[in-house]
Amino acid sequence: MLGQIAYALPFLAQGFAVTLWVSLLVVVLSLVAGVMMGVGLVYGPAPLRWAVRIFSDTIRGIPILVLIFFVYYGLPAVGIHLESFWAAVLALTLFKTAQVIEYLRGAVGSIPKGQSEAAMAIGLTFRQRLAYVIFPQAFRRFLPPWINGVTDAVKGSALVSLLGITDLMHAINQVIGRTYEAMPLYILGAVIYFVVNYALSLASRRLERRFSFIRE
Amino acid sequence: MSISPPANPALLDISDVSKSFGSVEVLRAVSLQVTRGEVVTVIGPSGSGKTTLLRCVNFLESYDSGSIRIDGKEVGFREMGTHQRRSERDLAKMRAETGMVFQSFNLFPHLTAAGNIMLGLRKVRGKSSTEARAIAEHWLGRVGLAHKADSLPAELSGGQQQRVGIARAVAMEPKILLLDEITSALDPELVGEVLEVVRSLAEDGMTMVMVTHEMAFARDASSRIVFMADGGVSAAGPPAEILGTEIDNERLRSFLARFRASHF
Repeated sequence: MLGQIAYALPFLAQGFAVTLWVSLLVVVLSLVAGVMMGVGLVYGPAPLRWAVRIFSDTIRGIPILVLIFFVYYGLPAVGIHLESFWAAVLALTLFKTAQVIEYLRGAVGSIPKGQSEAAMAIGLTFRQRLAYVIFPQAFRRFLPPWINGVTDAVKGSALVSLLGITDLMHAINQVIGRTYEAMPLYILGAVIYFVVNYALSLASRRLERRFSFIRE
Repeated sequence: MSISPPANPALLDISDVSKSFGSVEVLRAVSLQVTRGEVVTVIGPSGSGKTTLLRCVNFLESYDSGSIRIDGKEVGFREMGTHQRRSERDLAKMRAETGMVFQSFNLFPHLTAAGNIMLGLRKVRGKSSTEARAIAEHWLGRVGLAHKADSLPAELSGGQQQRVGIARAVAMEPKILLLDEITSALDPELVGEVLEVVRSLAEDGMTMVMVTHEMAFARDASSRIVFMADGGVSAAGPPAEILGTEIDNERLRSFLARFRASHF
């Protein structure tokens, strides 16, 4: 049994690399898109606010699995054909972006209005106010839910296996198909996901401590 | 032939400024001129528009009509009469001409006392970090907090925080300093140390407009008192006149009577 698993390890490692690559893409892309749209939601003109609000509410109301199938099987109907890998990344990114928008809104919204006003009063421009006054304070409140979301993204990336992408999950299923050793392989998979996510939460806790300058 | 400027032009010229929040008219054609070096205190019942007027001067609030000029330059709008908002960059530049101190201090909690003062000096005035630090230390010294330069706001008392707030505003060398009920959030025993700083700035010739409930301070430190009621200037003049018994203004008299009854 162990021999068979050891034999499959390089294959599993490749799957793991895909899992990490998908997770990384989703986390980075959704962070950039979510922060920009979140700023639009908080500070933008009314039409932009509505657009972001509708986007976020719609996406968050759809099961992520439906979103993945919709992007892969549905979009070709309107002429958008995506490779399974990029379809999965797009769907997961949309889903995660909606969450980042809400984390950002919550974090920025919790900063008292007087902070913006004081920053305006000394002559800082909008971007400067965000960069030097609002974001540094909002960061600490953004971080915990966001890191949670990152671990969700790592776990959620297993869904890409449903489009036939050989990530860790799919690799495990394939090895099980050959060896019929379901129990030890699923345990191995669970341990790998756990280790990655546990490392993330530890890193998050350290970061939070570093940014705990504001006593409330 | 050039027209010579008037002998004593107003540094701050508020003329006919009106503003409504929905159907409530908070400012009704307010006009007020402040000359360089003057200390003007604005008093009046709550809801009379004092704070709103002050916030219009650095355009934290927009106004519907009229004009506010500092050194001849319209504050929030591009041209007289067009009522077109200045660009974000322009507005920031105009706001840097005035300093503001807030009732609730509004220090940046993630920056030290010196850091609070240095932020504007560096990002708006373009000073180097060494220069900014020196200026911050100078002003912290002026407000008696040289030893607190590296303290975070949360480590300071209310009175100390407000003195940092004042230092942050004046370090930018504003043409005019706006003080919005700066002692209202302080415990009574901390009011004195803050007013002392304001007094010393007045002696230096800093032009100030101050909304306050500290009548004794208004009487002693201001060159002129403006009494606002119902969104308009109801009376204005030297302290002796406004706070004296001769004044023929029913609203002011009842305001002062109520004020004295509750404060003495």
